[in-house]
Amino acid sequence: MRREVPVLITSIAGLVFAISYFIPHTPFGRAESIFGDWVSIVQAFAIWLGVLNLLKVSLEKIFRKSEGWPYSYLIIASLFGTLIVGFYSGFSGINATPQYTYSDTGTGFDWVYQNIYTALTSTMFSMLAFFVGSASYRAFRARNIQATLLLISGFLVMGGRVPLLDRISSIFTETPIFSNLANWIMNYPNSAGQRAILIGIALGIMSSSLRVILGIERSHVGGGN
Amino acid sequence: MLNTLAIIILSLMGASLIYVLYRTIDGRPVERRIVFAYIGLAVMLPLMMKVTPPLPITTDVQKLYEHIVKLPPGSKVLCAFDFDPPSAPELQPMAVAFVKYAFKHDLKLIIMGLWPQGPQQANMALQEAFRDSLVAVKPHEEGIDWVNLGFQSGNEFVILSMGDGFKRMFPRDTRLIPYDSIPILKNVVNFSNIDFIMNFGAGYPGTREWVQIGVDRYKSDLGAGTTAVQATEVYPYLSSGQLVGLLGGMSGAAEFEKVLAEKGKASTFILAQMFGHATVMAFVIIGNVAFFVLGRKKKNPEGNN
Repeated sequence: MRREVPVLITSIAGLVFAISYFIPHTPFGRAESIFGDWVSIVQAFAIWLGVLNLLKVSLEKIFRKSEGWPYSYLIIASLFGTLIVGFYSGFSGINATPQYTYSDTGTGFDWVYQNIYTALTSTMFSMLAFFVGSASYRAFRARNIQATLLLISGFLVMGGRVPLLDRISSIFTETPIFSNLANWIMNYPNSAGQRAILIGIALGIMSSSLRVILGIERSHVGGGN
Repeated sequence: MLNTLAIIILSLMGASLIYVLYRTIDGRPVERRIVFAYIGLAVMLPLMMKVTPPLPITTDVQKLYEHIVKLPPGSKVLCAFDFDPPSAPELQPMAVAFVKYAFKHDLKLIIMGLWPQGPQQANMALQEAFRDSLVAVKPHEEGIDWVNLGFQSGNEFVILSMGDGFKRMFPRDTRLIPYDSIPILKNVVNFSNIDFIMNFGAGYPGTREWVQIGVDRYKSDLGAGTTAVQATEVYPYLSSGQLVGLLGGMSGAAEFEKVLAEKGKASTFILAQMFGHATVMAFVIIGNVAFFVLGRKKKNPEGNN
């Protein structure tokens, strides 16, 4: 029963979503709305599961003194610190006149968001620029025809999406040749490739969805044999 | 002074790349930290320069502009902020420009987010828009001129359920005011009461999901602002007409600011991106020149032709 019931729920939900796309009327349309609400509720619970999992993993690291265990203290402190600041800002806002929310400008949560969270995540993301620079010097080589095509198109798009190559070509002509070329690459070869990928993904999703709906594929309910 | 200094340093950097080329061809490639220093300086120094490079307006941005200028005052625009701080350098300037335009032209903004950080980014965009003197001329009231409905979990299923009724997914706004008590939402039941959707998306859920459900299923008009990386994925929707226009990455944001005659952050950042790209392209050239020269030397060690 532990496996049959989830498989049955998955099959019914999958069938409802598939049918309601073509017949968006009662009862399928209504059932689709209900299942849609379920998704939101389940995902909201998943956020809590994420928090609990983070706590479990971090505490295990501390107790086992695994590599980098002092950082787990920082994770737990950050988690609870943000939670406390958020709740405090929220409750203060409810009781204030005029009311404000936990995320409004000037609240403690907003301070954490703008001065800690934004700075940290932006720093992590901006490191990509350095890795791209290093990779372009050491790895991006025209070793074969495919790599050469990729290199040329990448080169043209990089130079054409910013007013760089057009600045150089403006010595000879007013027409933004490289900008037009970059747009052509994005609109035609790129779109064609993306469409092919999208169609491939859609066919893959359809076949795997059918396997799930028909109960052939059961890995999502876990448990092995 | 800073401007001149930045130009001098960047010129020296450009000249020193010849030495990097020489070393690389000689089989002594420069260390990774040197490459990092080049990239860091190429991105940072242009931020000190007060130069706005000439920027041609691409058709993707022009199409979006032509669509939004047709929206009459009082039009209801659903604005989906589906991004977080790492993508903000690209998406926040276009969001700010759009919010400013909306307020200056009396468009009514209904803000929401499929990403938890989205509504917070919207608040930041609103605050920046209110600092604009032309926006501040007219008082804009929350609940009347704009509303922030906040975040709702469920990814594309939120859009799907909004087709039945926005109230189902957002019974209250971020201030906990009931949906029915918010003046801007009067007569707004579902997508049929929305004149235009603008999505600022950095991934999943984002523009693709808005196209697949908001446009294909509920026949809404959708414009999008995406990161440069994600723009490649949504181009097929642009040529098929499912997107009315697209702002792709920093260049899209800068073009949007230019077409709206807004002097925003993207117009400054684009110069940094330009130098960043130039440096990466220079390293690609150096790496490949060295690759071919060293390859030839290995094939022909005596130097005979």
